[in-house]
Amino acid sequence: MGEILDTLLLRASTTSTTVVLGTTMLGIAAGGVGVFALLRKRSLVSDALAHATLPGLCIAFVVAARLGMDGMSMPVLLVGAVGTGVLGVVCIHALLRFSRLREDASIGIVLSVFFGAGVVGLSYVQDPGNVPQSAAGLDHYIYGGAASMLAHEARLMALLAVVCVVASFVLLKEFAMVCFNDAFARVDGWPVSLIDILMMALIVLVTVAGLQAVGLIMVLALLIIPAVSARFWTDRLGLLIALAGMMGGASGYAGAVLSSLFDDQPAGAVIVLTSGAVFVLSMVVAPKRGVIAVVLRRWALRVRIAGEHLLELGASVGVQGSLSRGDVQRLAQTRGWNGFTTWVVLRSLRMRGEIEMATGAIRLTDRGVASGKRVARNHALWEQYLVSHADIAPSHVDWSVDQVEHVLSDELVAQLEAELAERESSRVNGGVAHVV
Amino acid sequence: MWFDIGADLFPLTAALLASVSCALLGNFLVLRRLSLMGDAISHSVLPGLVVAFLIASTRSPIVMLVGAGIAGVATVVLVEAVKRFGRVEPGAAMGVVFSVLFALGVLLMEQASSRNIDLDAGTVLYGQLQLLVWWDADRARTFAELWSMGTVQAVPRQVWLLFAVCVAAFVFVTVLFKELRISAFDPALATTQGVHAGAMHYMLMIFVAIATVAAFEAVGSILVIAMLICPAATARLLTDHLRAQIVWSVAIAVCSSVGGYFGASVVPGWFGIGAVNPAGAITVASGVMLTLALLGSPTHGVVSRVLRRRSLARRVAIDDLLGSLFREEERGVDQVSVRTLVPLFVNRPLSAAIRKSAAQRLIEREAGALCLTERGRSAAREIVRRHRLWERYLVDSAGLAPDHVHEAAEQLEHLGISPERGPSTDPHGRSIP
Repeated sequence: MGEILDTLLLRASTTSTTVVLGTTMLGIAAGGVGVFALLRKRSLVSDALAHATLPGLCIAFVVAARLGMDGMSMPVLLVGAVGTGVLGVVCIHALLRFSRLREDASIGIVLSVFFGAGVVGLSYVQDPGNVPQSAAGLDHYIYGGAASMLAHEARLMALLAVVCVVASFVLLKEFAMVCFNDAFARVDGWPVSLIDILMMALIVLVTVAGLQAVGLIMVLALLIIPAVSARFWTDRLGLLIALAGMMGGASGYAGAVLSSLFDDQPAGAVIVLTSGAVFVLSMVVAPKRGVIAVVLRRWALRVRIAGEHLLELGASVGVQGSLSRGDVQRLAQTRGWNGFTTWVVLRSLRMRGEIEMATGAIRLTDRGVASGKRVARNHALWEQYLVSHADIAPSHVDWSVDQVEHVLSDELVAQLEAELAERESSRVNGGVAHVV
Repeated sequence: MWFDIGADLFPLTAALLASVSCALLGNFLVLRRLSLMGDAISHSVLPGLVVAFLIASTRSPIVMLVGAGIAGVATVVLVEAVKRFGRVEPGAAMGVVFSVLFALGVLLMEQASSRNIDLDAGTVLYGQLQLLVWWDADRARTFAELWSMGTVQAVPRQVWLLFAVCVAAFVFVTVLFKELRISAFDPALATTQGVHAGAMHYMLMIFVAIATVAAFEAVGSILVIAMLICPAATARLLTDHLRAQIVWSVAIAVCSSVGGYFGASVVPGWFGIGAVNPAGAITVASGVMLTLALLGSPTHGVVSRVLRRRSLARRVAIDDLLGSLFREEERGVDQVSVRTLVPLFVNRPLSAAIRKSAAQRLIEREAGALCLTERGRSAAREIVRRHRLWERYLVDSAGLAPDHVHEAAEQLEHLGISPERGPSTDPHGRSIP
């Protein structure tokens, strides 16, 4: 217990504190910048970018080792990574520009061919006879080796996070313009290409920085998952960036802590899985766009519509205001309600005081009758509208109206009422609402 | 010695079989713009595979293939779900799903290796072709002896599996060719024709997952991703017919496998270094073939397109040169100096046009001035005639204003066709020759 608390509060050994701090900072930077990758539809381009860094790592290592420098020093390797990574992105654009291949194929080609070249390079540098230094640890860049992060590397991550956060908020307006309407931004005189390159540069920076910690295959997750998760919670760009940064930071923190608590777990994979858990949580419980919210909303709408159909029928047939059990059963059959739906519909109507249960029948209250008449009226109005404004044949309107009659706004009702009064003589169906 | 039966026969066969099966399937991925789904699936089969291992504790092919198939379908379903609920573009949805699944696979793999199940991360990516070396082959001296040693028994399990998958992929693509084609080009039409486009989609994805798994032990997933995309994309640059594209893609896959395999073992030797990773080299070879096709394809290549565009520009410039000279003659100017033409030909091959038309004896050059020959005059008359006929047509039949038609006619005059002869003057009152 004490050990867990120590790790959580960063009081454990300096190594694990460094790792936790480093991955947290990386998570913040990647989460914030990832929003732009997502909005510019560059998620898989950044995946290709990450894969394309592998040959650069090998080349940088060989060149540095031949020149007598330390081949495994991080700045040297990252320069190489940026080199081929950017070359890969340029190749994607060249393929799109000069061939008939689509974006998906171009990304896939660059990703696999560059990575293949990297694999060749890796097998070359790992052959002890070829390079004067040992390349042990270079393959960390594939699957990630956060556990071996050093203090100065963690400081580098912190610096990166500051740069990314500051850049995102200082250039928020410019980035938003280019993300949402680049044509307008161009017309309005903004240097769109420059802003776009700047955005891409931030993505490159974060991707390359993330290589060492989570590896080039999973660095995409750091960029994209927090952004997609945050997207469930808000529609505002500023908030989106802040949330994504926070989620990324939290996943980096939690992932690193978890992996240091359970020995020998690859930190990169744990961080990605943590952010995956945040994503699943967001997708399920987010208040407006989450699965639960969407399903509940749909169900509520369905129940409301079903109730309106029932009232519409009750207000128009036979003895006004009363439906027999058989009537309800027939309606349920026509509308495809199962027993449970019918029960919920009846219950919700009774709770709103629109129907009363009588023996063997359902009686509409005055309020129920009024609602039923309103629905029937809406139906007639819509029919009128579709026939006179949308040129739909009178025999075809009933079905379409059935679906839209529940969503008439008050202003539209008023307008259509007026039109209906004007065209009183040419009503469809004699002006009587058609009921199922 | 380039080829040694013991060292090269089975590794090369494995690479060939894996490449060909992926290339066959890849054609439909590239057509349906699902290339990256292949990439995603080849990452996300990892957890399915490891779970299958952990449950069954064997490397039995059936267990592996079932695990892969389930993982493949799960990927597709999850991507759909994220796309729908997250309302994000397909790329991001794919990225989320496959990176999380891959991370899960990496974590599970750590667990598996601590339980002494031999499965390591490097193998998954770039395979272990060296495990397929046939050590006993060295003892044989002739082919007959080799055969009698029981070639069939000596074939490793991985190669059999790849062979089976390759045959299955071939049968799948040939038997269901019509269905795959129609659902690739027009899923809605496919559904009205009674072909279940969704089922074809899932079957294709299951096959991709199976091919990935069959290939991963021998050649690794990087080769699978490359072979799913590169040969088909290369073939797409060479032909417009689906059947031809499939044949081409298989040929390209074979060439890249053989080229890459020997490239990995032979080429480094020239520089005095040891062999490099063959799976990576095959991938690079397929990239090289793609680059060659991109540059040199007769129909869609960059070189042929540049040449075509250049010859068109030159032809248009000659037409325009003759036309300008003819119009000057109409105004009574017989000798036109080159300098007055220069502003009309900004950024266009004027000097080439002059040289070419002088060589064809369409014009004559005299000290910086040009005039039409008899042949040139009749050619020029034809061009100006077409121009004015088009102007006439655009005003009379297409309802354009007379002051708006010149630009359009300027382009249309270079087509081989012209409208019917009508009135004898153009909209500006000049006579049509």
